[in-house]
Formats: sequence, structure tokens, C-alpha cells
Amino acid sequence: MQNSVQKIVNEAPFEAAFESRHIGPWRADQRAMLAALGLPSVETLMSQTVPGTIRLSGLLDLPDAASEADALAELYATMKQNVVLKSVYGQGYHGVQVPPVIQRNLFENPAWYTAYTPYQAEISQGRLEMLFHFQTLVSELSGLPVASASLLDEATAVAEAVGMAYRHSREKRTGIVFASDLHPQTLDVVLTRATPIGMAVTSEIGTDTACLVLQWPDTHGVFGDHAALIAKAKAAGALVVVVADPLALTVLAAPSTWGADICVGSMQRYGVPMGFGGPHAAYLAVTEPLTRLIPGRLVGQSVDAKGRPGYRLALQTREQHIRREKATSNICTAQALLANMAAAFAIWHGPEGLAAIAMRVHRLTARLAEAAGVKAHIFDTVKIKVASSTAIVEAAENAGYLVRFFDETHVSVTFDQTSTEADLLAIASIFGLKVASQAKPLLPASRDAARFLTQPIFHSARSETEMMRLLRKLSDKDLALDRTMIPLGSCTMKLNAAAEMMPVSWPETANMHPFAPAHQTKGYQVLIDDVERWLCAVTGFAAVSLQPNAGSQGEYAGLLAIRRYHHSRGDISRTICLIPSSAHGTNPASAHMAGFDVVVTKCTDNGDIDLVDLAEKAKLHADKLAAVMVTYPSTHGVFEEGISEICRIIHAHGGQVYLDGANLNAIVAVARPGDFGADVCHMNLHKTFCIPHGGGGPGIGPIGVAAHLKPFLPGHVTWGTGEAVAAAPYGSASILPITWMYIRMMGASGLKHATETAILSANYIAHVLEPYYPVLYKGGKGRVAHECILDTRVLKDTAGITVEDIAKRLIDYGFHAPTMSWPVSGTLMVEPTESEPKHELDRFCDAMIAIAHEAQKVRDGVWPAGDNPLVNAPHTAADILSDDWVHPYSRSVAAMPDGRAPDSKYWPPVARIDNVHGDRNLVCSCPPIEALAS
Amino acid sequence: MIYYTEDHEWIRVEGNIATVGITDYAQSQLGDLVFVQLPDVGATVAKGDASVVVESVKAASDVYVPVNGIVTAINDAVAANPELVNSAPEGDGWLWQMSLADMSQLDGLMDAAAYAKHIA
Repeated sequence: MQNSVQKIVNEAPFEAAFESRHIGPWRADQRAMLAALGLPSVETLMSQTVPGTIRLSGLLDLPDAASEADALAELYATMKQNVVLKSVYGQGYHGVQVPPVIQRNLFENPAWYTAYTPYQAEISQGRLEMLFHFQTLVSELSGLPVASASLLDEATAVAEAVGMAYRHSREKRTGIVFASDLHPQTLDVVLTRATPIGMAVTSEIGTDTACLVLQWPDTHGVFGDHAALIAKAKAAGALVVVVADPLALTVLAAPSTWGADICVGSMQRYGVPMGFGGPHAAYLAVTEPLTRLIPGRLVGQSVDAKGRPGYRLALQTREQHIRREKATSNICTAQALLANMAAAFAIWHGPEGLAAIAMRVHRLTARLAEAAGVKAHIFDTVKIKVASSTAIVEAAENAGYLVRFFDETHVSVTFDQTSTEADLLAIASIFGLKVASQAKPLLPASRDAARFLTQPIFHSARSETEMMRLLRKLSDKDLALDRTMIPLGSCTMKLNAAAEMMPVSWPETANMHPFAPAHQTKGYQVLIDDVERWLCAVTGFAAVSLQPNAGSQGEYAGLLAIRRYHHSRGDISRTICLIPSSAHGTNPASAHMAGFDVVVTKCTDNGDIDLVDLAEKAKLHADKLAAVMVTYPSTHGVFEEGISEICRIIHAHGGQVYLDGANLNAIVAVARPGDFGADVCHMNLHKTFCIPHGGGGPGIGPIGVAAHLKPFLPGHVTWGTGEAVAAAPYGSASILPITWMYIRMMGASGLKHATETAILSANYIAHVLEPYYPVLYKGGKGRVAHECILDTRVLKDTAGITVEDIAKRLIDYGFHAPTMSWPVSGTLMVEPTESEPKHELDRFCDAMIAIAHEAQKVRDGVWPAGDNPLVNAPHTAADILSDDWVHPYSRSVAAMPDGRAPDSKYWPPVARIDNVHGDRNLVCSCPPIEALAS
Repeated sequence: MIYYTEDHEWIRVEGNIATVGITDYAQSQLGDLVFVQLPDVGATVAKGDASVVVESVKAASDVYVPVNGIVTAINDAVAANPELVNSAPEGDGWLWQMSLADMSQLDGLMDAAAYAKHIA
């Protein structure tokens, strides 16, 4: 008996290749799709789609595909090489205890991490609500009324605040004054960002001062006395920017009470692991008059069509997709998943729990300070004078601790939520100090604990049962990839496989301090080397920087590399950046931040870049031409034939070619930017390389560059260089394992199949829907790339049905809408990715066709223009079940238009959200309980 | 006399003072306005300056100063209720008033009939 069981196991087929799990339409489905297109093979499709001049002939130079189990084992062996000491290093990164209920139900839950940015408010109420709580938390901590839905990291948040001060002065004041020492990585990023826009650090406050910046506590751990400087700044009309530790703020007077106009910082220590530098959420809060200068996302409360409260992204006209080079920032994303973890952490502990953590940290700190003779106002950090820092650092390492080497004779220790009595005693003995059993607190002015975080939500989920259900209740309101295809054009909502996610949670990945010495981070070094090498292979470039922690930051870093390259050759007058009118708004916003002047070039009627206009403008500005920014394949979802010619024209006039890799998923393993003439290209690892969108972040936007630009990649203070674009040397390093696993499990051949399938699926959808919605742009041989633009304006013209009506009606069919009104107003852009199975593509096409038929009924007068299932979409369960159903169509038409069984039906929690009301009556945090009572 | 610009501003001139706003056509293209940013009273402005911004939920649009001059008054009512620009763009939804530095700059602008033709 035992033998026969053994035999069966041996003869069972080996684990199917990962690519067959990642790619949705497998062999038979692909054949059916090809047949529908009238094509004999994928090869024929590719030859009709991708210009022969740029097509890669062989396979990428990558390792052969590994199975899930083998890849996990290999990566684990690598990451085990990390030596994770107990960190008391501080400098902006702290040990945390991630509440297991949050780790499992939020961080590791695809309902939370596979969601997209909440542009479609009605299917995003859960994460919008949690982000609203995040904003309320930040508003309470800072005392400032308007808080945003998070920024990328503390260093870039400070740079954004400085930029706000500059814009607040209508770009007239250029001086930055520091009242206290910032963390070195923050200072570096601020200088990187300030220089291209003409801002500079000065020592005195004057009429040219845009802002006074102070860190609270400063990098030495000290709360200084800045009252006189703050008064002087206020008198001079400069803004006061406070970089404050949000754990300290739970017990300290809010910065608004002593002069802060803008308050920023990192929320990492609210339950998000250090992860060798990221990702974490940074926070930003401002006074009311500065609201419209806020960079990035802001969640606001509005009402739905029935007057019920609902959340949405507010004041989007500030953002780059509308304002282009006049935007407040190039920031497109937030760190939504991490901000939501921080909000959940605060809900879990509540105000008294947070204050208890802060005070426990402080008591340990005060005892060490007293023993060391430190008397300043401090919170969690003691900077100690020693005979030899090197000797102390080594002794600490031998005892299992990572301390901060400040200079030759100073070492600092920073306690955190994970620090214990035993840690204090062990660390004190390293310094030869003897600590007393208690010490006098060393905090500056405290806050009134009774008036902090009084909002009911922060008192609502103290038991694990309640927290588990809160997280389930919120995620149930949202549509993420765990329920449906998210066919967002330009967003590449592909599978984020479980095996790719698992290494992110390993302690060897999660608990590493970003500034740990190289001999402790060998595992990370191997991981980083692999990813860099593989991305070089994919793009055909000589070097890659993984530091930019969002696509926008990649654009910025790439343009800075071009700027520095020109400057290194004495070409300081090259400041013109050509950008086609079809470009995403982030391009001009990034160019503006990099100190370039944008010149827009035209597109032809078929959506392609107008080569004649481009050549004319390149020639006209030849002396000043710095770069062109091109998206390839184009933002219109087409492989333009002229790409090689574009590169030639720009190079002939002394410019550099920046390739926007937003659509890289269409060319991986098929063509390489480095081969067809680009000098720099950013990649969105959160699109093409499987990092989940997290409901609006995190992302990683590495850049690849040709050899001549390699010296101009971002540096970092810990490398002895500068000009960093992010706080941590490798940006959001802890999610790099996702990309490593994807490439390792797919191999060169799997990646090629993925790209081919993405293109096949897009062409299949375009073909099926073309009779109902014209496909706006195609390549010369009638094919689209990996996405297609459906011209839904036909329904507007014939039946008065808008693109928004279609998008919202898709919710009733259980779909997340495609990208709406971008890049062409009134249209939908559909990107299926390679991961969606054919039956899901068909379900989507069926829904789109059914909607066209519904519009026909409106046109024919069967349903009135003002009362039909399209204009009233989406329909909530409450409205369907209401006793007074008064519409000229039935409840089942409203709720189950495709006849889907109610047990698999998605019910939107709100009807259509009123955008105008939300922007006219901005509410972006929950008021304290006493305000609610009055 | 009311003048119109190609960028869809209107200018009503009474003596040396001009009242400026955006046209009915402009507000209909922008949709429901949610925010209007007005210049500072006393500011010296020049033809072509874009120091005024009007925003709907989907678009932000610069309003260009049509002639040189000094801002003498702003319409606080539209700052508080941007919908006034939608409901009465060429009446209560005016944006600012300014003194005119150079009357001859009016010469290049359109009258109502020419503007109607411009947007047709």
C-alpha cells in the first residue's frame, strides 16, 4: 500500500511552470483569440504590431525560469545572509511591532494590496475611509486642519514642503533657513530638489526667505528652543516647516500651537517595518490657506446622489494630470497601503495606547540620558560622547545591537516600541554606564491628553475581533483584483502572485535598518545586484538605480541625470525639454521640477508624434535642447514607427532621449529602449514587475541609463555622495523581492510570453468591441499595443450617455472602469494585461456591449434621458431594496444586468459621488468629538 | 462698451475702469466651478499675465489679464461662491476691476458680434 502511494506521487506531473499560473489565457484560449483576429500565430500578430526595426531577435539574458518553491528557497537562502541586529540606530527609522491582526488582514490581504488608486470613488470607499482616518490622525498630531493622504518618505516630504513655501511666495522667495540639524538624508534630498528650481540655503532670515525648517527633535535627538527664530520668520512673511516625529507628538504640544504652518514627517513607526528603507508613508499637514498648494492626494468627504456621505479624492485639479508643468508637484501617487497600516495602528492602540508606547520609549531614554549626563529636552535619542566611536559600535555589534556612529567621538542610541529593560541595561553597559531605576522626564511642553484623538473611530476597535471585522468591512466595500479584472489603461493591473509577496514579510527582509553596515546586509546586496542586472538586461542599459520610490521620482531622477550630464560638459544652457502633447502630465511636471523649460510638440491626427514639428522645434532650440520625453509605446497605446527617427533627430541636435516606461509591459523581451536609441528610461515596478498598487502606493520607479549617464545617477550620503532623490539609498527596498521573484519565476521565455499575451488580449478586446465603440488609434497595420482607446463618445452623441455614465454602469456589472477620459477626453482606455483569463475578457466585452444596447434604449426613447440605468448608476443595495422604486426599469435590470447570481454580485456601498459638492465644501478630516457634539 | 478676447474673457469699460470676467461660453466649457483664485487689490498687472485661476472638478484654467493696469477691486462673492461664475458669468460673476494704463490696448479686442463668430 505504501509503495503504491509513493508511485503515484512520483508519477504525478511536476509543478506546472509559473508562467502558466501568471498568464491568464493559456494555449487553447490563445488559439481562440488568434482565430477571432484571423491570425495564424502570435508571431504574425507581433510582426503586425511591433516595428521590425526595433524588435529583439533573441531572448533576454536572464536565468531560466524557476518554480515557485525553488525561487522561494533560493531567495530565502540569499536573504538569510542578512544579519539583522536589534536596531537602536534611529535617524528616522525605528523598530516596530506590526500588530499581527494588521499584518494578516491588511498588509498581507489582496483585498487591500491589489486595489488601485481610488479615482473611481464608488468602488473605493473602504480604503478612502481608512485614508480619511489617516488624515484625521495626522491633523490631530500636528494640530493643523488639512492633512494629505500621505507622501513618499520623510525626505521628499520635507522637499515638497519647501517647494510649497516657494510656490506660496508665487515663486519669488528662494531662501531656505534651517533652525536645527536635519537628518543627513533629508538635508541631501532637500538640496537635490531645491537647486534646479533656484532655491538655496541661507543662514539669515530675510525678505527672500521662503521658509524656516526645523526638525523636532533634531538629528541629535534634541528639541531646541526655536521661539525667537520662529517669530522672526513669521515677521518676515516666511512659512515655518516642522519635521516632527509622530510618536513624540502623541504626548507633546501640537506644532500648530507654537507656529508650524506645515508639518511633515514619517509615519514608519506606526506599525510599518523598516524594510531596509521603505516603503513607508510620510505625512503632511498644513494651515487652511495652504490647502491648494498641497502636493499629491487628498481625500475629501462629499455626498452621493441620494445625499448620503461618501469619500472621494478631492481638489484633483492641483495634480499633474490636469495642471501639467503648473502642478503643485509631479507626485502622482501616495503610500496608501502603508498610510492605511499607520491609520489601523492608531485605531488599534488608540490615543492612550500610543501615548503609553511613547512614554515607555521616553522613560528608557531618560534613564540612559541621566546616566550619560545628557540634560537637554529629548524624546527617544541620546547622543553620547565616547573615547572611540568605532570601539563602541563594535562592542554594540558583538552584543547584538546596531547603534548610530555619529562622529569619531559620538554615538547615539534611539529607543523604540520594541526596546526593553534588558536592552537598556545591555546598551548602558556597552557605554560603561549604570542606569537608575527611574529618571526625570526630559520632554518639552506636553499636550492635553483628554483632547487628543477623541474621534469615535480611534476608540472603536480594541479587541482583535473588532479590528479583524473593521478591516473586512472596509475591504468589502472595494473592488480589487481579488474580485475582478481592473482594465485600467496605462496602469497594468496584472497579477501580484502570492509567492512574490511572501518574502516581503520575512524578518530578514522587514527588520533591516537602511543604514546598517554592508557586512550585515549581504543578502540585500545580492538581491539588489540581481534586480539591477536583470533590469539592465530587460532595458538594454548599462546601469540601473533602484532609488526612486515612485514613477514620478524616476522621471525626476532621469531628467536630473540628463541635466548633470549636460552641465558636466559645460552645456549649462541646455534647458529646453520637448514633450509631445500626448504625454502624461507627470512629464511636464517633472521637467519643471528639474529646472527645464517645456516646449510642447504636436501630434498628428492619428495620435502619433508629429515628426516634422518635432524636427523643427529640435532645430529651432538646438543650442538649448536638453531632452525629449517620449512614452513608448505611446500613451495612445500604439507602437509608433517613428521612434528610431525621434531618437536620431534629438541626438543630432545635442539632446538626450528620456523614455517614459509607463507602457513597458508592452515591450519587455520584445524590444529594448537601450537598443533603439533612448538614453534613459524609467520602469514602474508596480506595473510591469508585479509590485501591487496597494490602493494607491507603494510604487518603485527605477531608472536605467546608457553608459555615459551612469556617473549621474542618484547618490546617497551613506555612500559618501549626494544628490539623492529619496531618503533611503535603495528607496523602497523591502518590496524588491516581488520583482526578483517575478523575473526569476518567469525567465526570459515567460516574460516574452507575458508581453505577447498582453498584446494579444488588448487586440482581442479591440476587435470584439470595435463594432460598438470605435478604436481610436491603431498602428500602421491596424493593431494596437497592450491597450486600446475605446471611443465612447458615440454614445454621448447618439444617446447623451457620457463616459462617466458608462464607467459607473460598469460597477453594476461588477467591474472596475477602465481609465476614463485619458489620454483623450470622453473615452475609455482598456488594458487587460496578460493575467486576465479569456472568460474574464469576454465578461468585460459582454458588459460593454450590453451597455451599448442600454444606450440604444435611451436613444430610442424606451428609457428617458434623465432616468435610466446608465445615468442612475451605480445602484446600491439600499436603493434596489427600497420600498419606493420609481424608475422606468426593473430592479433586476438595475442590479443584475448580466443575470449574475446575487451571491457573486458586487454591491457598491454608495451611489454616484457628487464631485462638485466635495470640492466646493472641502472636508478632509473628522472633527474632534466636542466639535461633533456642538 | 464690452470687449471680448480670444481667450474668452470679457471686459466692460466704464471711464478709466474695466470690469473683467469670463464669458458664458467659457463657463459652459469648464463646467461647475469649484474655485476661483483672484489677484491682490493694488497689484500691477500686464496684458497676458495669468495670475487668475478658475477651477472646475475636472479642469483648471488660467484667466489672462487682457490689458495693462492696476487691480482696483475683486469680487469676493465669487471667491466664496464660485457657482456665481456659472450662473451669471457676465453679471454678478465678474472677477476683478482694474484701472486701465493704456486705452489703446482695447483696440485689438473683439465686440460681441465678432466674439459670437469666434466661438461659432
